[in-house]
Amino acid sequence: MPSLGADMEAGTLVEQLVQPGEPVKRGDVIAAVETQKGTIEIEVFQDGTLQEWLVDLGTKVDVGAPLATILAEGEATTEPAPEPTPNPNPTPAPKPEHVAQEPEPKPIEPTPPQPQQQRSSPKPDSRPRITPAARRRAAQQGIDLSSIASKGTITLADLESPTPKAAATPKPAPVSSMRSAIASAMSRSNREIPHYYLSHAVDLTAADDFVTRFNADRAPQDRLLLGAVYARALAKALSKYTEFNGHYIDDAFHQSGAVHLGFAVNIRGGGLIAPALFDAEAKPIEDLMTDLRDLVERARTGRLRARELSEATITLTSLGDRGVDQLYGVIYPPQVAIVGLGTPRLQPAVHDGEVAPRLTSSLTLSADHRVSDGHRGALFLKAIDKNLQRPEQL
Amino acid sequence: MNKQDIETAVKAELNRIAPDIDADDIDRSENLRDEFDIDSMDFLNLVTALSKLLGLNIPEADYDQMESFDDLVGYLSKKAPA
Repeated sequence: MPSLGADMEAGTLVEQLVQPGEPVKRGDVIAAVETQKGTIEIEVFQDGTLQEWLVDLGTKVDVGAPLATILAEGEATTEPAPEPTPNPNPTPAPKPEHVAQEPEPKPIEPTPPQPQQQRSSPKPDSRPRITPAARRRAAQQGIDLSSIASKGTITLADLESPTPKAAATPKPAPVSSMRSAIASAMSRSNREIPHYYLSHAVDLTAADDFVTRFNADRAPQDRLLLGAVYARALAKALSKYTEFNGHYIDDAFHQSGAVHLGFAVNIRGGGLIAPALFDAEAKPIEDLMTDLRDLVERARTGRLRARELSEATITLTSLGDRGVDQLYGVIYPPQVAIVGLGTPRLQPAVHDGEVAPRLTSSLTLSADHRVSDGHRGALFLKAIDKNLQRPEQL
Repeated sequence: MNKQDIETAVKAELNRIAPDIDADDIDRSENLRDEFDIDSMDFLNLVTALSKLLGLNIPEADYDQMESFDDLVGYLSKKAPA
């Protein structure tokens, strides 16, 4: 069972996609596990033949535990010792005997209890239907929606009716399993990582114009979003500022050659996942956009791969166009940096010696002082800014 | 496709993207993306799906004609062959 990222230590095997005796190739999806962040697909990391499943469907499996025996080519089929697979190590050429290990230090604390077995992927009826106005009101007043008696959709009237008045004294709502996964990773981050924070105002007019020009004659399925431009500008800057790209494990920073860019995706109903766009440094912007669409779709339907959750080397979080000016990210361990973009808005700015309305936002960095300092962090943000001013060269 | 069919199609696509919000409960003249709490990726997926379903070219330059639910249905009705 490969790593599922810093915040999850187990999953329940729900699909065995390969039968014993069938050949498998590195990268094949051979199983799926149900986790706090939805259904996660498990890839195999070596070629061979699946000899035997070691875990029954419906069984909870810890990260690092063997899932199945795989025989390498030429290996005897009578091999009794269970060989774990897949190997979570991203580096290739694992020896067949290699035991799958959790690649990160185990958190000191036990896993927080999971109060309920709840699917984290959005399901139509997993929570009460509610009108937007009522949802805002309930959030403002801390009203527990499960306490509201309503036939069908909850409306403002339901919140104001005399019976649920008592609900205004908020009773603690059960924490969703995704929320406890996030809480666990973020607690570890704040406990272990000495964060520092930088902010830089960035002019996004050129990037936005580029997207507008690019999209003008293209069908919707071929259009870009600003998020892809941010991702590309960030990945390119990392080629020079390598100390922000990698993992901090066992008191040492392991720099990554490839940029596996974790892209923070908001999940309806509450929650956040930042799966990786692989090899972002090597992909043209159109390809990054294609990958991003696919990734966001799967993050929201709950069908990511384990590698996408465990191998991101840096995170990008963009508030999109309905958010606020600025954010202060919390680093997702074992990564060492998170770059944020606030919501772009038109602001008066000095451009070419004149005050003009420009599309502006705040570019922020939270980074790990064990690996870098503010001087390099500032240069890194400036490099991203520079890339955003020349989007056609991305 | 008449206006009613288009409205049904728009509701179906929105329900796929935002299953927790009932299109019958929203303010149809308010900002669509606020009412359904959808981001730019959701909106792009909505436009992609509607464009394919209705066989329409929906340029990005027309996005400002699709601010609210009513605007969107009106825009598509005007463009779609009757």
